[in-house]
Amino acid sequence: MTWETVIGLETHVELATKTKIFCACTTAFGGGPNTHCCPVCTGMPGALPVLNKKVLEFAVKAGLALGCSITRYSKFDRKNYFYPDLPKAYQISQLSLPIARDGKVDIRAAAGPRTVHIHELHMEEDAGKLVHDPWLDQTRADYNRCGVPLIEIVTEPDFRSADEVVAYLGKLKETLQYLGVSDCKMQEGSLRCDVNLSVRPMGSTELGTRTEMKNLNSFKAITRAIGYEAKRQIELIEAGRRVIQETRRWDENKDATYAMRSKENAQDYRYFPEPDLPPIELPEEYLAGLRAAQPELAEAKRTRYQTDYGLPEYDCQMIASDSALARFFETLVELGTPPKQGANWIMGEVLGALAARSMEPKDMKLTPPTLARLIALVSGGSLNRNTAVKVFEAVFDADGDVDAYVKEHGLEQVNDGKVVRDACARALAANPRSVEDYRSGKEKAFGFLVGQVMRELKGRANPKTVNTALRELLEQ
Amino acid sequence: MELRELTALELGAAIKKGEVSMAEAAQAALDRISAQAGVLNSFITVTGQQALDRAARLQAGARDAQSPLYGVPMAIKDNICTRGVKTSCASKILGDFEPLYDAAVVERLAGAGAVSLGKLNMDEFAMGSTSETSFYGPVKNPWDLERVPGGSSGGAAAAVAAGMGWYAIGSDTGGSIRQPASYCGVTGIKPTYGTVSRYGLIAYASSLDQIGPLCRDAADCAAVLDVLMGHDRRDATSLPGRYSDWSGSGPRMDYGRLLEGLTGDIRGMKIGLPEDCFGDGLDGAVRTAVLAVSDVLEGRGAEIVPLPFPVLEYAVPTYYIIAAAEASSNLSRFDGVKYGWRADGYEGLADLYRKTRTQGFGPEVKRRILLGTFVLSSGYYDAYYKKALQAKAVIKSAFDRVFRQCDMLLTPVAPTTAPRLGESLDDPLQMYLGDIYTVSVNLAGLPALSMPCGFDRRGLPIGAQLIGPHFGEGALLNTAHAFQLDTDYHRRTPKGGDPA
Amino acid sequence: MNIDTEMVDYIAELSRLELQAGEKQAMTAELERIIAYMDVLNRLDTQGVEPMSHVFPVKNVLREDTVAASQDRDELLAGSPAGDKEAFLVPKAVE
Repeated sequence: MTWETVIGLETHVELATKTKIFCACTTAFGGGPNTHCCPVCTGMPGALPVLNKKVLEFAVKAGLALGCSITRYSKFDRKNYFYPDLPKAYQISQLSLPIARDGKVDIRAAAGPRTVHIHELHMEEDAGKLVHDPWLDQTRADYNRCGVPLIEIVTEPDFRSADEVVAYLGKLKETLQYLGVSDCKMQEGSLRCDVNLSVRPMGSTELGTRTEMKNLNSFKAITRAIGYEAKRQIELIEAGRRVIQETRRWDENKDATYAMRSKENAQDYRYFPEPDLPPIELPEEYLAGLRAAQPELAEAKRTRYQTDYGLPEYDCQMIASDSALARFFETLVELGTPPKQGANWIMGEVLGALAARSMEPKDMKLTPPTLARLIALVSGGSLNRNTAVKVFEAVFDADGDVDAYVKEHGLEQVNDGKVVRDACARALAANPRSVEDYRSGKEKAFGFLVGQVMRELKGRANPKTVNTALRELLEQ
Repeated sequence: MELRELTALELGAAIKKGEVSMAEAAQAALDRISAQAGVLNSFITVTGQQALDRAARLQAGARDAQSPLYGVPMAIKDNICTRGVKTSCASKILGDFEPLYDAAVVERLAGAGAVSLGKLNMDEFAMGSTSETSFYGPVKNPWDLERVPGGSSGGAAAAVAAGMGWYAIGSDTGGSIRQPASYCGVTGIKPTYGTVSRYGLIAYASSLDQIGPLCRDAADCAAVLDVLMGHDRRDATSLPGRYSDWSGSGPRMDYGRLLEGLTGDIRGMKIGLPEDCFGDGLDGAVRTAVLAVSDVLEGRGAEIVPLPFPVLEYAVPTYYIIAAAEASSNLSRFDGVKYGWRADGYEGLADLYRKTRTQGFGPEVKRRILLGTFVLSSGYYDAYYKKALQAKAVIKSAFDRVFRQCDMLLTPVAPTTAPRLGESLDDPLQMYLGDIYTVSVNLAGLPALSMPCGFDRRGLPIGAQLIGPHFGEGALLNTAHAFQLDTDYHRRTPKGGDPA
Repeated sequence: MNIDTEMVDYIAELSRLELQAGEKQAMTAELERIIAYMDVLNRLDTQGVEPMSHVFPVKNVLREDTVAASQDRDELLAGSPAGDKEAFLVPKAVE
């Protein structure tokens, strides 16, 4: 029998606000344990929450960009459960009236274009971090993350494969980064994913029993966990057993999922409306304002780069996939850099340098004016490309004045014909063997001679001038 | 001058004139506390030295003080956070918990020159109508030491009645200011929900809790409320002053003007007498005394309007479902991890939670937590909790309707005068039913006050309740003030607890 | 609505409360009476009535996204029945 995998996602995204959702503590990553805490986020008796304006704005922006209808009258609910990472013993979340619902996201998967439906998007607070201390045999609770604002985006069970899930998450990440509502750093936990998965015989329209997998913090982990869990469920069913609805934890090291304690599975969260927070009623002007302020998203940029600049599809895809990179590129073009040259530098040197340093484009120190100047020096003939790459490497990490650097290191391209001719003549005189080889038809020898000239001129010579001068001298 | 005989405003005036020093006033109160607090058990924590130090520090500013209560000694219910001063909610589970911050009202009081004598005993987590559920033992009624002072602000009412401070700050979730005020013969007011910040009030039922004063008379209540009321950005349910954001023509609150509004002129005021509040179950002496209030008010030119209030019987179940539900959630944070008391001898996390909570909470608190957990639990939410939220809407519109016919309602505060100690605890449901006249006020977020209006044949005080529409505090206080101009019930003092 | 000891066990576990055998019987009976009384509400017709969680039509109460100083950590941890200089301590809660 062939089986179909059915997947739905619950993605928690940390919003890029300065302060927590209900108090003025910083959301900065890191910091000593319990140093970003106050009576509100640690649930001290008598403390009360007040909603951060920016959280609402970011959630609505995200909802609009994901094609959701925004809930005009929305409210918060309490989700009650005991766990030491939740100091109030309830999480303030949204159950009955989430801020956004019924969205859709178009993705490009291996099997072709697909539409993923968003069931809902709601605001909630993050919980703290628990670390077991084996020395004390006690668990340490750090509440720095308590109250960090999250949106949870819940999809319909629309995915059929891991590659669709990855394509969706890529699109989600790209969109949220473009909006500036989240940096979506999976390694820092600012984008986390729970995967609901079930299998059914191909062609069936009923859903099978699903399991929920938690702790998936990379695209790789998601892909492998989906592969593992689908196989596990199929094997269970084929062996005549049944899938149990439960929460499973993905163990990265063992490459397998494990059922979490069944007690944690039996939950009765006793949701009820949060009495400490008045409801939210969004006026039409508010929504109109946010709609109008919505930035151009990746998809639109891709199309525009192709039609306006004639860039290759792959380059458009790459550059537009990251908002910081796209902004960098567009600034280059605004500064007068020919789009194709700008794109070439980004696709080559910039992405290479970022990859070598495992850096995100948004953290790049190099500024567009610097690269624009560098490119201009090359096309103006005062710097050859190889030297320019060296200058690029030199200024990449801290930015800098390209002209000053070139001058300081004497890197201007040598375009003076006489200087080049003299250097060529000296090279020929010093390497009679190679001259002979060349004349007897060994083209390789020519390259060697060019190299000698370039070395003498410290790489600054215009390669074209060298070529012409050498040929002339050799043909004499 | 016998300081005890003075109201807070009279004492404040004497301090301003230099007739009484702040230290003398504080010392007089502390003397009474040391003579009587042991008998009445009205305080959990007495901060005597801090009070004397503060009195000494503030004395220099007395002459130029703006606040009419500058330098007047008072005390605070133990569910209101005071920085560095034990705040226990009368519960074992909070142990010696010392808050990291002052409640918003404590800041406001400090700004008005209040001198705090300490923290007042109460029902554990404000759950109870007798002040007997305290981990620190029951409070006694200064009018009869065999009887309860009411609850949950029983320590506050007993302290004011017995002269241990000139006013007290309490909280009212379902009658917790008004009912003890009634049992102890003092005047107390629960203001409109949202007019006094709840920031720093340890929550029992967040949608119903409200802080307010217990005083010697209505004028003192007005002066204290002028200090307590005001918008606070830290409490999202706090209402901005001159609230005009809804319906355009809606009622408005002009904070800080209550005292100056006390004219005693209530001519033309329409006072509703809800027939349903004078039916079965109401003690005869209470009925007579409360109805006599209407005669006094009529004598001052008010008009009495009998009217039906048919939703009364739904108030108690609606209140207990909502309050218990919120309490079950609000009290979940007490788990022995972050602050307060932790049980010994636990094995593992779940056992730590269970042992700490089981041993840390008293029976009434546990009963309400269980009740609240039940009404929110899967399968029962719609039948109980949701139904109660609908009933709340019905009760709110019933009040809206009566306030189109009158300016305020006159009702009893409680069906009887103070019961004997121990009598109520055996039958929790009966105790809940005793809250019938007070709880609907909290459900609708209304202001209501309790004022002394007589004594039963055993000499126990009787209270009358005035209920107003949202922001109706001014009219309520003025009506009570008018009543107190013509009567002296509020001037009588108990001898309970006095050295024989 | 019937409240039995099984139900009381369930809500006690959700509330992290433990009831001794005798106590449980008494609590079951009390809750049974109280909840039976709550059924008075069934006489009230609430068809079409919107549940009211907030009594005032206040909405959109928001704060600016501006950082303020957090609590001093020593103070924050000072009241903890079990904590060290950096964190609150609980019995083993994670693997």
